[in-house]
Amino acid sequence: MAASNEFRTCSVTGLKVHLPAEALIKANAVVAVVFLAVGGLFGLLVALTRWQAVHILPAEWFYLLLTAHGADVLLFWVIFFEVALLYFASAILLNCRLATPWLAWVAFALMLAGAAIANVAVLQGESSVMFTSYVPMKAAPHFYVGLIVFAVGTLTAVGIFFGTLVIAREERTYQGSIPLVTFGALTAAIIAVFTLASGAIILIPTFLWSVGLITTIDPVMYKVIWWGMGHSSQQINVAAHVAVWYAIAAVVLGAKPISEKVSRTAFLMYILFLQLASAHHLLAEPGISSEWKVFNTSYALYLAVLGSMIHGMSVPGAIEAAQRKLGFNAGIFGWLRKAPWGNPAFSGMFISLVLFGFLGGISGVVLGTEQINLMMHNTLYVPGHFHATVVAGTTLAFMAFTYLAVPLVFRREIVLPTLAKWQPYLFGLGVAGISLFMMGAGTLGVARRHWDITFSDAPLTFEYPPAAILMMGLNGMSAVLAAIGGLAYVLVVVGSILFGKRLDAPDAERPRFIPRLPTTVAAYGSAGTLHVPGTIVLVTVFFMSFVLYYFVNWKYLSEIWPMR
Amino acid sequence: MAITSPEKRVWWNEPLHRPEVIWITIAFLWGLLMFGMMVYWHVAGRQNLSNEAYKVFPEKFAEKVEDMVAKYKVREEGATKIPVVRPPPGSDVYVLSRLWEWWPILELEKGATYRLHLSSMDWQHGFSLQPVNINIQVHPGYDLVLSITPDKAGEYTIVCNEFCGIGHHQMIGKIHVVDKK
Amino acid sequence: MPAMAPETEGGGAAERVPAMQRLLDNHFLLLFLGVTVPAVLYLVWGIMEVAQIPIGK
Repeated sequence: MAASNEFRTCSVTGLKVHLPAEALIKANAVVAVVFLAVGGLFGLLVALTRWQAVHILPAEWFYLLLTAHGADVLLFWVIFFEVALLYFASAILLNCRLATPWLAWVAFALMLAGAAIANVAVLQGESSVMFTSYVPMKAAPHFYVGLIVFAVGTLTAVGIFFGTLVIAREERTYQGSIPLVTFGALTAAIIAVFTLASGAIILIPTFLWSVGLITTIDPVMYKVIWWGMGHSSQQINVAAHVAVWYAIAAVVLGAKPISEKVSRTAFLMYILFLQLASAHHLLAEPGISSEWKVFNTSYALYLAVLGSMIHGMSVPGAIEAAQRKLGFNAGIFGWLRKAPWGNPAFSGMFISLVLFGFLGGISGVVLGTEQINLMMHNTLYVPGHFHATVVAGTTLAFMAFTYLAVPLVFRREIVLPTLAKWQPYLFGLGVAGISLFMMGAGTLGVARRHWDITFSDAPLTFEYPPAAILMMGLNGMSAVLAAIGGLAYVLVVVGSILFGKRLDAPDAERPRFIPRLPTTVAAYGSAGTLHVPGTIVLVTVFFMSFVLYYFVNWKYLSEIWPMR
Repeated sequence: MAITSPEKRVWWNEPLHRPEVIWITIAFLWGLLMFGMMVYWHVAGRQNLSNEAYKVFPEKFAEKVEDMVAKYKVREEGATKIPVVRPPPGSDVYVLSRLWEWWPILELEKGATYRLHLSSMDWQHGFSLQPVNINIQVHPGYDLVLSITPDKAGEYTIVCNEFCGIGHHQMIGKIHVVDKK
Repeated sequence: MPAMAPETEGGGAAERVPAMQRLLDNHFLLLFLGVTVPAVLYLVWGIMEVAQIPIGK
């Protein structure tokens, strides 16, 4: 057992906090926010370039910064934050010491060095190969080195998470099963192991190829294995942000899962099947059988989608049940109207839930339908979809979580509370616009990763429909809105960490966004009769939108050239 | 709460609530239906991407394309004088992609079926046919063969939608679909 | 933390822990499944698919 002076007791939650774990959570979270700020700025420049009337970057810079944008936010921001979450969900929630803090610092250093090397490689201009770096297009060798070093660091951090679970069990720091949030983090960690293994299998030979030790890499083979990493890394996000939804609902409202059994089984569906959806990126590739495509793209008969749809009911259901217990019982939606919409942790979480489900979830399933993919592959529909999942879903959920983490972990009060209150709305609205307008442009055929869709200096002429050009303008405006929301987030977080009122004094006030809950709410006993009519209406609306949009796309498909 | 261990040691035996059971059932059946739709479309649908493909040497593929151009060239088009070919209905037709062009331009007959071959000479490219919005990945070293039946006359543009370097956004080609003479 | 019943593992427990719960509590078995299932269904099967593409004339 670690020395007792390595712990403090949290005055808000009563949890025992391992101080070395806390320091690591802080370091990983701070670096995550730095990459979000940098990557977000690059994203804004990319969106402003695709706004044809603004068209801010020259072509070389556009492709360069698009590559950096992908790496910085899609990998570095989310994964640094997820490592912080893994440490939080293991050491802190289990009242346990973190396994080998020194090794966690090594992991942190490796991740930071890897991310820095990859950024240098891209910014030097010889590695504008996009996030996907499809062979035979070649990046500078240190681009691959950076990614490999980052992956080694991440794998080490994931190993420390598993080590901490073992310690917690052996030292009996918790009773019975691990908390649901920790189980969600476990799901994320398991997916991360598969992700990083796939990354190692493909990036190491690709690095050897880039320095001339291997002559060729098969481009289709590359894609199969690369997407085992590229798509699965986004599935880490899904598992992690669902865990964050449950965590925020618990801290802010005292919500408890409707059913541990159902929520954990839903996570099990993720563990087993979510990673199969890497096949979404291979539906338009030559030579792979439809048996493989249909089975994998459907996450084995959509069992992982079943998992998401279960969370889609149990998270709002838990919130509704908790609110009704607090006395907000009026009508079907009284609980929702009276929800703490001025608390950015709650509003961010709920907007994340709605946008992820309606925009990200539905579009992902449609996009991943083998035949419908023909109308969407590599169009702007694809980034439209994943901005709804990774930005509106994951990033916004992580932002919301920060409003709890800063007072609990950094022990600083949130500064600029009014700005903080508006931040999730600004960011959410901006990202919803980005997702919708890119999906709209993609439906009209507009290519992704394309500097000039007016083809002004091409040898032949072509014009996309005027509506597509309009959508790209609206996308640019939405990106400005999202960037303002992102800037607000960075200002609030950095301001709070540096200048927020200290909350570690014994007589410190209750943190602003962590309400004191009546103890009855958290108690067990809502089992028996579950009364969640509002949630039933919400999931019914969701399901009808899903069915309608799904079949509308089959209708579109039936109108294109017959082919077989 | 979700951030603490379940209060009961054994939580698996808790009964399910009715709304949950109904929702899980609906979601499960919906998943089966969506899975079935993909299978059904292979049987009854008319838009399925062929899985017929061969590993090829780029030079060999280029030879076949040049043969087609030599046999069926009808004119040239554009500033770079890209040949326009009009192969007979039912025949094998080729579109070759390379930095940064689609070559040659095809002239196809409306309602006729062709075996279209797609391959790349260098990097990956994205065959994005507009405005019908058909999008297929093109790989070097692989010849993807699909039977297409253009069902509307008009000028179609092939946009490259896989990033392929600095000239990517200039890479466009054409397919003309004309009424039967 | 509210007081909880002590862990009742092994024989003599009042309530047997069901098999599914034991699976969900077995983190390393879940890790094994979560890596093996996609490795076989997605990666290995996928690599075999690509390897089986015939050589053209």
